[in-house]
Amino acid sequence: MVQLTLPKNSKMVEGKVWPKPAGATKLKEFRIYRWDPEDASNPRIDTYFVDMDDCGPMVLDGLIWIKNKVDPTLAFRRSCREGICGSCSMNIDGMNTLACTKGMDEVKGAVKIYPLPHMAVIKDLVPDLTTFYAQHRSIEPWLHTSTPAPETEWKQSREDREKLDGLYECILCACCTTSCPSYWWNGDRYLGPATLLQAYRWLIDSRDEATGERLDNLEDPFRLYRCHTIMNCAQTCPKGLNPAKAIAEIKKMMVERRF
Amino acid sequence: MPRFSNMRTPLAKVRGLGSAHEGTEHFWRQRLTAVSNLFLTTFFVGVLLSLQAGTYADVIATLSHPVVAILLIGMMISVTLHMRIGMQVIIEDYVHDDGLRVVAIGANTFFAAIIAIASVFALLKIAFGA
Repeated sequence: MVQLTLPKNSKMVEGKVWPKPAGATKLKEFRIYRWDPEDASNPRIDTYFVDMDDCGPMVLDGLIWIKNKVDPTLAFRRSCREGICGSCSMNIDGMNTLACTKGMDEVKGAVKIYPLPHMAVIKDLVPDLTTFYAQHRSIEPWLHTSTPAPETEWKQSREDREKLDGLYECILCACCTTSCPSYWWNGDRYLGPATLLQAYRWLIDSRDEATGERLDNLEDPFRLYRCHTIMNCAQTCPKGLNPAKAIAEIKKMMVERRF
Repeated sequence: MPRFSNMRTPLAKVRGLGSAHEGTEHFWRQRLTAVSNLFLTTFFVGVLLSLQAGTYADVIATLSHPVVAILLIGMMISVTLHMRIGMQVIIEDYVHDDGLRVVAIGANTFFAAIIAIASVFALLKIAFGA
C-alpha cells in the first residue's frame, strides 16, 4: 500500500549551521537537504549564508558559491547554467524547477532546497534518474519509418512543423514527472508526464510512420491511464510546457481510432 | 516485493510484461456513464422531491409507472457501473501488492454487481406490485 510517512532512516534532522561570511552586508540564507550514502546517518538540513555581493543572482549561482567558498562536499548536478540542459532540476521553495533560471530574489526568506521529490537519492541534491531515462527510452523517441529513406530530408510542411511547438522544447529535467502524485505512487509502471509529452511529440510528427504501433505501446491502464489530470506537471514545468495537455491529446487519439 | 529482480536492466523493468492494450474502453465508459449519471440522477432527485409529501400509496404508484421505473433502473445500472470503474482506478492507484490488487478489483466488481442486482430487483418488485 501507499506509504504516507517517511521510513525512519529517511526522516530529516536539523544539520549544521555554517558560519556567516566575514564582512558581508547582504546575506541570503540557504537551507539545503544533505544526505551522504557513505555514512549511516539520517538526511539533515544544513544552513548556509551566501554573500549576495560576491555572487550571481540565480539559485544555482548561490549553490556554486557555497560549494566553492564554504562546503566543497555539497553535491548537485549542473551544466549549462541557462535552462537548456536540464541538469540542475531540484525542489526550490516548494516547487520543482531549474536552479539556474530561478532567481534568489524570487524566494522570500530562506531558500529551501531539496532533491526532486520521491526519487531515490544518490547524494544530497542528486536523484537517481535511471528509471526516468529508461522510460524515455521505452517510447523510442526517434523517427520510425518503413518507406525507404529519401535522398534528401524527410519533408514536412510548415503547419505540421508547428504542431511540434510546445513539445520539442522539453529538456527532460524531470521536474514535471517528479511533481506528479500518480508517478509517486506508480512510478515503476506509469510513464509519467515528461515521457508521455515526448511520446506525443513523436505521435504527431507528420514524418513518423509508426503512429499506430506507438499508440499500441501506450494503451495500458498503467503506462498512460494513471494520469488523472492533476496538472502539477503543467504548473511546475520550468520551460512553460503543458504535459497534461499532451497526455489528454494522446487519450483523444486512443478514442478517435476506435470510431 | 519489487515486480522484477534487480539484475534486469532498467529498460527491461520499464517494459515489464508489455502493454495491456486496454484502458481506453474503461476511460470511454467512465465518461459515458458520467454523462448518463448527470441526467438520470437529476431525474432521481426530482422523483424524490416530488414524493416528499406523498403517502406510501403515492410512492408505489409513481415507482410503478413504466417511464419512472425504466429511468430509475437505468440510473441504478449507470451509477453502479460508474462506481465500479471509479473504485477500480483508486485500487490501481493505491494497492501496490500484485495479488491483493487482483483480489480487490475482483471484489469491487462483485460488490457493484450485487448492489446493481439488488436495487433493480427491489424496483421491479415494486413496479410489478409485490
